[in-house]
Amino acid sequence: MKLLVGLGTCGIAAGSEAIYRSLAARAGNGGPRFELGKTGCLGMCYIEPLVEVLDDRGAVWQYGRVTEDKLDRILEEHVAGGRPVAEWLVWSDDGQGSEGAYLSRQNRIVLRNCGRIDPEVLADYLAVGGYEALRKVLQDKDPDGLINVVVESGLRGRGGAGFLTGMKWRFTRLAAGERKYIICNADEGDPGAFMDRSVLESDPHSVLEGMAVAGYAIGADHGYIYARAEYPKAIERLNIAIAQAEAQGFLGDRILGSDFNFHIRLKEGAGAFVCGEETALIGSIEGHRGMPRVRPPFPATKGLWGCPTSINNVETFANVPWIITHGAAAFNCLGTANSKGTKVFAMAGKVRRGGLVEVPMGISIREIVFEICGGIAGDRKFKAVQMGGPSGGCIPAELHDTVIDYESINKTGAIMGSGGLVVMDETTCMVDIARFFLDFTQRESCGKCTFCRVGTKRMLEILTRICEGEGRDGDIELLEQLAHLVKNNSLCGLGQTAPNPVLTTLKYFRSEYEAHITNKKCPAHHCQKLLTYTITEACTGCLACGRVCPTGAITGEKKQLHHLDQSKCIQCDECHKTCRFHAIVRL
Amino acid sequence: MSDHKKIDFRTLQYTGQEGRLIPLLQQAQAQDGYIARERLVEISEQTGAPLAQIYGVATFYAQFRFQPVGKHICRVCHGTACHVAGAKAISEALESHFGIHDGETTPDREFTLETVSCLGCCSLAPVIMIDGATYGNLSPTDIKKVIKQHRQAGEEVVKT
Repeated sequence: MKLLVGLGTCGIAAGSEAIYRSLAARAGNGGPRFELGKTGCLGMCYIEPLVEVLDDRGAVWQYGRVTEDKLDRILEEHVAGGRPVAEWLVWSDDGQGSEGAYLSRQNRIVLRNCGRIDPEVLADYLAVGGYEALRKVLQDKDPDGLINVVVESGLRGRGGAGFLTGMKWRFTRLAAGERKYIICNADEGDPGAFMDRSVLESDPHSVLEGMAVAGYAIGADHGYIYARAEYPKAIERLNIAIAQAEAQGFLGDRILGSDFNFHIRLKEGAGAFVCGEETALIGSIEGHRGMPRVRPPFPATKGLWGCPTSINNVETFANVPWIITHGAAAFNCLGTANSKGTKVFAMAGKVRRGGLVEVPMGISIREIVFEICGGIAGDRKFKAVQMGGPSGGCIPAELHDTVIDYESINKTGAIMGSGGLVVMDETTCMVDIARFFLDFTQRESCGKCTFCRVGTKRMLEILTRICEGEGRDGDIELLEQLAHLVKNNSLCGLGQTAPNPVLTTLKYFRSEYEAHITNKKCPAHHCQKLLTYTITEACTGCLACGRVCPTGAITGEKKQLHHLDQSKCIQCDECHKTCRFHAIVRL
Repeated sequence: MSDHKKIDFRTLQYTGQEGRLIPLLQQAQAQDGYIARERLVEISEQTGAPLAQIYGVATFYAQFRFQPVGKHICRVCHGTACHVAGAKAISEALESHFGIHDGETTPDREFTLETVSCLGCCSLAPVIMIDGATYGNLSPTDIKKVIKQHRQAGEEVVKT
């Protein structure tokens, strides 16, 4: 028997390192005998810590929400006795467990090894066919044929814009230049997206292999990974993987005995969202302020240090080895007419099962949210999904039959983006969400284009005053006008898409804006300044709220129902936070 | 900087002449916890890059700080998922617990409070990260306990 503990960032945050240590202590303690291993993210972040039991025949059982108290019984009954503890099982390959629905609809290509292998052990990756794709392309010695396979597969860039990966490689291959570069964009900056982090933490070699294949295709012998500094675990595992691959001859000079050389360097980003834009990213690697420049020339002809450069995203690279070993047809039979393969979504927000979901393109939002992720937490009403982060938009519940492909998502006003999917329920205020994203883009604007620098700031001011009950007639029209100006007069994707959260919420939730401005009410009961605080019969007269009220709005005798004077209330929320009897309601 | 020791930036090898700048700044911050003016001058003297250019790059990126920080850095995630899960209340609870505002350091130089865009642990929202350890599924009432445990153990809390 072998026990694997999921040690991705989510698992560690939920306490999986303590579980691992505890198991390690028991392994040598005379109890049931088992082998202990580490693995990455299984994608079920909502029931971490996860422990997987593998028997000698390769059958798999997974336990979720594992605590130290549960370990004795799992070890005794399952590991020693061979009887799985059914009530704690979340999944098993013979169909048991509570979370079958979450995994059975998924089709894992990018996440094929995540949670299956130890990301810090190269032999594990090799055992599942790792570096076979690289071996194959080096044997075939046909970079043009290789590019054709990737073009035929229909793989489009998973970073957001969705450009055909094979075409990007072809342009870079054809571009004149002695030195060429591959860059892996691992600067996953969209708040609400964490697929790239999981892939890097759980299966770093697949990304390195994808980069090496790309390097061979375009004729590059150097690659850079530009990774977010906020992902310490991913950086640590990438460094380990690069060293292992170099030591075993999968990276470096004369790879696998061929005449192909490929070196990968890891660059830590320094915290700038705009560096997700390719020309800004190049600037940052070169040591400058990460400010976008005019395209053309595109990086494919003039990129890093002025040399032809292909920039692809983590998820794109992770697809590549699979496509090479399985063939273009196996990939392009999945998905829709123009969007092939699968897409990984990071599910978060008010959804019951949050984590990583990899589904074939063409599946609907409803299927993902309800059938795979179990619907809305707390049985509240589904309101919208936010896709594409600060560049994307909110798709309302009415459009839940929208299918996942680049074109269909674009039609709603949102974008596919990198794959963050934040689910919102009736308690989420859409004006506040628009304000949240503008606050983000306004801070992250590099400042080069006036409309982006100043326009986002003005839009944020308007949204803030609407949320604070200071909205005026004409604010909606002003927002729309500014949105179009910012969109049309910005150089890079950040500015061109920054107004999307505002435009989509205005399109689908205009009445919420009007309620804030005209009636001074927040329909979601979220915007604090627009709430009315009242004290209900549940009040025990404990005096606590009166003591914290800064304006003396609350009066009442001990053990008597208290009274709140609306004319003095400044909606500071202190009484609500203090009350232990839920006697203060906000409406 | 009373205990100022010069870093010999020339011994640090990075490819590309100009591409060194950000790794050098990261090195300086890793050593001191922030970037002191003296460090910028050292980098300028040793690399030949103008001080203004170095300062321009350093101030562009959110990672670089120009004020000394506390022993522990407490980062509050304000990503989308954390925002809808109540990150604001978590920030408020931390501010009142430490008696400082966002970006400030406690008078005993133990904790620095920072707001960050996304820590990538969205399904555990709301999330904070103290030093390298991530704490998730928090409510404002958990803050006191989390800080206390972090101080004592210096490692993650098992939350069920």
